[in-house]
Amino acid sequence: MSIEWYIVLSALLFATGAMGILIRRSPMVILLCLELMLNAGNLALVAFSRMVGNGEGQVFAVIVMVVAACEVVVGLGLIVAIFRRRLPLNVDDLRELRG
Amino acid sequence: MEEVLFFASALGALGGAVGVIAMRNPFYSVLALIVHLFSLAALFLLLTSAFVAAAQVVVYAGAVMVLYVFVVAYVGEGGESAWEPIPGQRLLAPLLGIALFVELSIAVLSSSLLALGEDGPDVKAGFGDPAAIGRLLLEKFLLPFEAASILLLLAAVGAIVLANRRQEETT
Amino acid sequence: MSVSSWAWLVLLFPLLGSIAIGLGFKALPAKVAGVIGTVSIALAFACGIAALVSLLGEDPEARHHASSLWDYASVAGLDIKLGIFVDPLSIFMVLVVTGVSTLIHLYSYGYMQSDEGYHRFFSYLNFFVFSMLLLVLAGNFVLLIVGWAFVGFASYALISFWYRRETATRAGMKAFVINVVGDIGLVLAAFLIFRELGSFDYGTVFERAPEAFATNEWSIVAICLLLLVGAFAKSAQLPLHTWLPDAMEGPTPVSSLIHAATMVTAGVYLIARTHVLFELAPTAADIAAFTGLATLLVAATMALVMTDLKRAIAYSTMSQIGYMIMGVSIGAYSAGMFHLMTHAFFKALLFMAAGSIIAAMANEQNIDRMGGFGKAMRFTSITFVCGALALAAFPGTSGFFSKDEILAFAEARGGMYLIFTVLGYVGAFLTAIYAFRLVFRVLPGKPVPEAQELIDTGHLHHPHGPPVNPATGEEEDTDVGFPGAEHHIAEQSLPMRVAMGVLAVLALVGGLVQIPGVDDVVEKWLDPVWEGSPLAAIHPSLEQDYVGLGIGGFIALAGIGVAYLLYVARPELPGMLERRLRPLHTLFANKWYFDEAIDLLVVRPALAIGRFANRVFERVVVDGLVSGTAETVRGAGGVVRTVQSGFVRSYALLLIAGFAGLALYFLLSSS
Repeated sequence: MSIEWYIVLSALLFATGAMGILIRRSPMVILLCLELMLNAGNLALVAFSRMVGNGEGQVFAVIVMVVAACEVVVGLGLIVAIFRRRLPLNVDDLRELRG
Repeated sequence: MEEVLFFASALGALGGAVGVIAMRNPFYSVLALIVHLFSLAALFLLLTSAFVAAAQVVVYAGAVMVLYVFVVAYVGEGGESAWEPIPGQRLLAPLLGIALFVELSIAVLSSSLLALGEDGPDVKAGFGDPAAIGRLLLEKFLLPFEAASILLLLAAVGAIVLANRRQEETT
Repeated sequence: MSVSSWAWLVLLFPLLGSIAIGLGFKALPAKVAGVIGTVSIALAFACGIAALVSLLGEDPEARHHASSLWDYASVAGLDIKLGIFVDPLSIFMVLVVTGVSTLIHLYSYGYMQSDEGYHRFFSYLNFFVFSMLLLVLAGNFVLLIVGWAFVGFASYALISFWYRRETATRAGMKAFVINVVGDIGLVLAAFLIFRELGSFDYGTVFERAPEAFATNEWSIVAICLLLLVGAFAKSAQLPLHTWLPDAMEGPTPVSSLIHAATMVTAGVYLIARTHVLFELAPTAADIAAFTGLATLLVAATMALVMTDLKRAIAYSTMSQIGYMIMGVSIGAYSAGMFHLMTHAFFKALLFMAAGSIIAAMANEQNIDRMGGFGKAMRFTSITFVCGALALAAFPGTSGFFSKDEILAFAEARGGMYLIFTVLGYVGAFLTAIYAFRLVFRVLPGKPVPEAQELIDTGHLHHPHGPPVNPATGEEEDTDVGFPGAEHHIAEQSLPMRVAMGVLAVLALVGGLVQIPGVDDVVEKWLDPVWEGSPLAAIHPSLEQDYVGLGIGGFIALAGIGVAYLLYVARPELPGMLERRLRPLHTLFANKWYFDEAIDLLVVRPALAIGRFANRVFERVVVDGLVSGTAETVRGAGGVVRTVQSGFVRSYALLLIAGFAGLALYFLLSSS
């Protein structure tokens, strides 16, 4: 398969993730959609790495995975903290920072 | 053969993605994501990136998703009401998603990248092996490697702080 | 020492006196302050005499010196020096000013003795003398304007000396505002002079003027008219005269010094000094002469019916200055200055005597309530009569010779100027009447209670109860000081007697220096100043002089006789005349409605403009602009604020929408 298929698939997955963020209201699911977008990025990186012929894109993808892991840790910790304080787990209800 | 595998994996990925955003129950969304991750690993294998595929399965689907499962189980059900407080959001979100996809596709496809339309150069046998990745990590990308380690440390500390049960907090 | 050095010393002493008293008012005892004040002016007088002697030692043609201390402004074509100009005219003025001022300071030493603001008074008075001397000695128009303005300030400070009195502060403001109007005219004239002639310096200006201007060219007429605005405001001529009667709110020495002898003569000095310019603009000179004549007559009519003693004398001042202005405008320069000198003598004296009488009346100034002081206060009455005789131009007194000089000159000039002579004599007749009206109302007759108390006990009458302003009934402020019964009369105060005595003698014999056909001290002294002037070359023939003197003497005696008739012999006549001529009397008593006219023409429109500016312009336009801008910004902020909804998802939407838009832009621009 030529590379553009992978790229287009990555774009599609990215757009799907973006749409999910905009639509869903549970912070959990929003985090999951974030994962979708990150993985779409990873796919593009690896595809380009294959296209160019060196492994740098793959290293980049590994680092991205590390970052995603850290972000998930912190995000889930936040969700747990919110849950502990009996606040509604709903992104629309957590809107005190407004003008 | 390759095309078949590609389309199967692509379908799996897409199905997982759609499942993530569409399922009501967050637990089902997590499961959909796991399917998506496995499909992506297959795609990585198709791109002869063995190490990345393995890392994907072990780290992502293995560790990160387990975290998710734990938290979902702890937090429990989150049903979302049907009413949308932000006007126009339900309309604009799909539109923007489509717009994004179209633009990105056009951006890539109409670019003057020479490699598009081809399968890519012939790569050596060790392409995508752990050895190759390891060498790159320790030689060329040492700094990002170390930075990533520090980031992991910070995340661990942050997680402990966030999850710490404080004295004045009542159960 | 050179003439200029003496002149600088003349300026220095009053300034030092003012500063010393002003700074040391806490430390110096009152008497010392008074002594410092008087001595500094006396020293200035002495230096003036020394300058005079030095000048006499020089050739008459060479008797003009310009001397400057330093360059004041020397930039962009301007070359203004801090310079004085010493010549017979300025020394003449210096001597008159310092001489009369010394006597008035002496008088004030006694008169103001128990006033709270004694130090302040002497400091201001010294400063006033300094400013007047600066005005007179100035060698260029800029310094003249400086002196002019200082004098205006000193007048304001001294008129509202008892500054807690409502009437006094209002009078001070009125005087100052009208003076500022004059200042504007003067400054504009100076600008025009600089523009046309390129210099402010007297010497340069008067040299270049005849070449630069054709006779009656509009620019020189404009300059002279603007100078006249300044002169009229300062000298209280029509229509800028309304401040002078109100200025009587100040202490009597102030009225005597500033509003009789010195400041109000500044206008006369100005016209005499700039006579070169006025001779190039006969139109302006004629306007000045007619204004002087009009003032002369109008003021005399007002003085005829005035019941306030000091105000009556103030109108008399206005009238006499009308004579002087008339004189210097038609070309009788020396005569005008001579009359200035004699007027200084007898008018200062009249005010001093009036002050003494008012003090005896516990500050009551209405002559209707006065009477019989001839017996109660001998010395004051005698000096008062001396002053009145000189004012009425009784034969032999100083006023007699000086007034007739002017009128004889007008006759000699002939043609249209005979009007001045004729109407001038009419004015002299009125002058004699009102002068002796005052004498006959106040001095003879049955003594009023205050006078009776003086005769019986020798003590002054003190009113009971808290001190009140007799004119308005307003309570006085004893902290600041007020013209109360503590002020002193001449009979009980030696300094006052000395001052008044000297002036009485001068009023009577001061005219002997310029008797036509016998001697002409003043004229000879001042002649070099008017050199080259065609008008100054006109001299009335001896016949014209003697005829004039005869007519003048006759008119004076007639006027005194009429006054005697009206106020002593047949006291019912004035009442009858008033009833018969009621409209005239009302017109005169209401000061020809000038105050009302100015109020209508100037004050009301100004207030209306102010109100309009506040209500419409300020509130609507300015506030509208400023608040409107603020409101707009706040409104815009309010609109923008809605973006910060707090919804994370809408932020995400905006983010992705922005990204999509940007990508679209780049796609389109690169295709």
